[in-house]
Amino acid sequence: MTKRLKEKLTVGRVVRWAIFLAVILCIPLIFGGNRYHMYVATLIGIYIITIQGLNLTVGYTGQISLGHAAFMGLGAYTVALMTLAGYSFWLALPLGAVISFVAGLLVGLPSLRVKHHYLALVTLGFGTVVYLLLSNEYEITGGFSGLPGIPRPHFFGIDLSSDVGFYFLVAGFLVLLTIVGLWILNSRWGRAFKAIRENDMRAEMVGVSLLAYKLLAFAIGAAYAGIAGGLLAPLMRFVDPTSFPVEESFWFLLMLIIGGSGRFEGAFIGAIVVMLLPEFLRGAQQLFFVIFAAITLLLLIFWPSGLAGLSDVFYRRVLRRTPPRLTK
Amino acid sequence: MFIQLVVSGIAIGAIYALVAIGFTLLWQASRTVNFAQGDFLTVSAVLMFIFVCLGVPFVWALVVTVVIAAALLGFAVKRGIIQPLINRSHTTIIVATIALSFLANNSVAAFWSTQCKAFPQVFGMTPYKLGSIILSRQHVWTIVIAIGLILAINLFIQRTKPGKAMQAVAQNRDAARVLGINITRVTTMVFVMNAIIVAFAAMLIAPVYMVRFDMGLHLGLKAFYSAMIGGFNQVRGALLGGFLVGIIETFTSAYISNEYREVIVLVVLIAVILIRKEGLLGTEER
Repeated sequence: MTKRLKEKLTVGRVVRWAIFLAVILCIPLIFGGNRYHMYVATLIGIYIITIQGLNLTVGYTGQISLGHAAFMGLGAYTVALMTLAGYSFWLALPLGAVISFVAGLLVGLPSLRVKHHYLALVTLGFGTVVYLLLSNEYEITGGFSGLPGIPRPHFFGIDLSSDVGFYFLVAGFLVLLTIVGLWILNSRWGRAFKAIRENDMRAEMVGVSLLAYKLLAFAIGAAYAGIAGGLLAPLMRFVDPTSFPVEESFWFLLMLIIGGSGRFEGAFIGAIVVMLLPEFLRGAQQLFFVIFAAITLLLLIFWPSGLAGLSDVFYRRVLRRTPPRLTK
Repeated sequence: MFIQLVVSGIAIGAIYALVAIGFTLLWQASRTVNFAQGDFLTVSAVLMFIFVCLGVPFVWALVVTVVIAAALLGFAVKRGIIQPLINRSHTTIIVATIALSFLANNSVAAFWSTQCKAFPQVFGMTPYKLGSIILSRQHVWTIVIAIGLILAINLFIQRTKPGKAMQAVAQNRDAARVLGINITRVTTMVFVMNAIIVAFAAMLIAPVYMVRFDMGLHLGLKAFYSAMIGGFNQVRGALLGGFLVGIIETFTSAYISNEYREVIVLVVLIAVILIRKEGLLGTEER
């Protein structure tokens, strides 16, 4: 047991976790006084969770999801409707995750039967339908007026409704889901996912059930988005359909590509870069989208491993060491 | 009422069919699922609108737009973006076309306008009257031009040498290469052809929809649904799918619900996939 523990506690791993936790702890110390900064930091945490889920589906299993914003919307509306009805957040959030997971299974099932460009289009259609339902079923969802006044939760008596308090709630989920994500990717499942991405025919030949694992990866990715949505609703204390349009799903994909698809750190880099840069480029939103789309295309053509791939160059050229892999 | 609905369904379906044909041609020639198809339409419509506003006669505006579309959306996109990615996974190309779609519609928004603009009614406003039936000029001319284009595309593919080369590439790339067909050149030609088809579709749709930077999103989506319902790898599948989607949509919004017309199309799509995954007229792919 101790030997296994020693194997696991490599220097690099300890350092990485220490940096990760230190950054999380330092943000409120530095920006704690500014409500807007804390809001952006919390939002970035939520997006990292979403992109992690997407990375599992797209980056590690080689599938595609253009409905990720819709899964996020399902989580957000579940938490919004339940907490507004008086139920606990701690009951609503897991339920939101389960609903997204099941929706992921249902969307995945008909489309995985067929070749995978269909998955792209069916997930896109799913995203459109969810958006239409959220906008038009106003008796339940409030339509475009949305649902205001969503309460923020307590945690064993600790009030998390302050900006810093809620930040730590999201940070807690981020750490938890990062651990879960690493665990999944280093497990039997993760190896099956990567085998499917590399060559699905070969994976099937060595006994990986394609349908089961593809569905699993897709549904877990959806559940991550559901949890992120469930955190987004109390953060904004308000939900409306315009937070979850189809374009948002496209945007998530671009975030992942910019960060590094199929690289564990890609979700973090992508979400942070894409969320922070517009803060510096205020007032030129369309232009910002143009620049980002162009960068994505250039990265796809010349540097498919995204910005995460740049750290490899740093390790090889500057440190003259083989770059570490966060997942096997 | 009923006949008017059928005509308007066919008119809108003809446009979907055109865009969907371009879509299936791209798929057959290069395994590209072009998510920017709708935005190609937007760019063409905006170009045409700009030329018309500059006082260029409409026919010349159309010609210039077609030429620019062929060069930019056909040749440049193929050589610059798709060609370097052609040996990567389908997912990569899909993501690239999504990025391209972002690039196209946000460029329009950033460098042109985010406003809605009314496109001139090029076919005139006074409706045709056949006894008690009143037909919109726009619908009639849309159907005539679209069917003319579809026939021309078919003739080109089946009768001319480059068209036959396209078919050969679609059927078996390796065999086509062995027989001395330049695959890169043929696929580039398909991209150019797609851009031209889309530019014509833009001319037909722009007077109906307003010209706006995001007008392409839903149109592109409809064309994809049409291609999938009819059969992704068949031109006649796209044709059937386009007309079906147009008619289903028109009748749904007239008799059932305007808000949910897209949902009904999607339900039909899922039903088709579950029953016959290749689409109504599609064939099994290797």
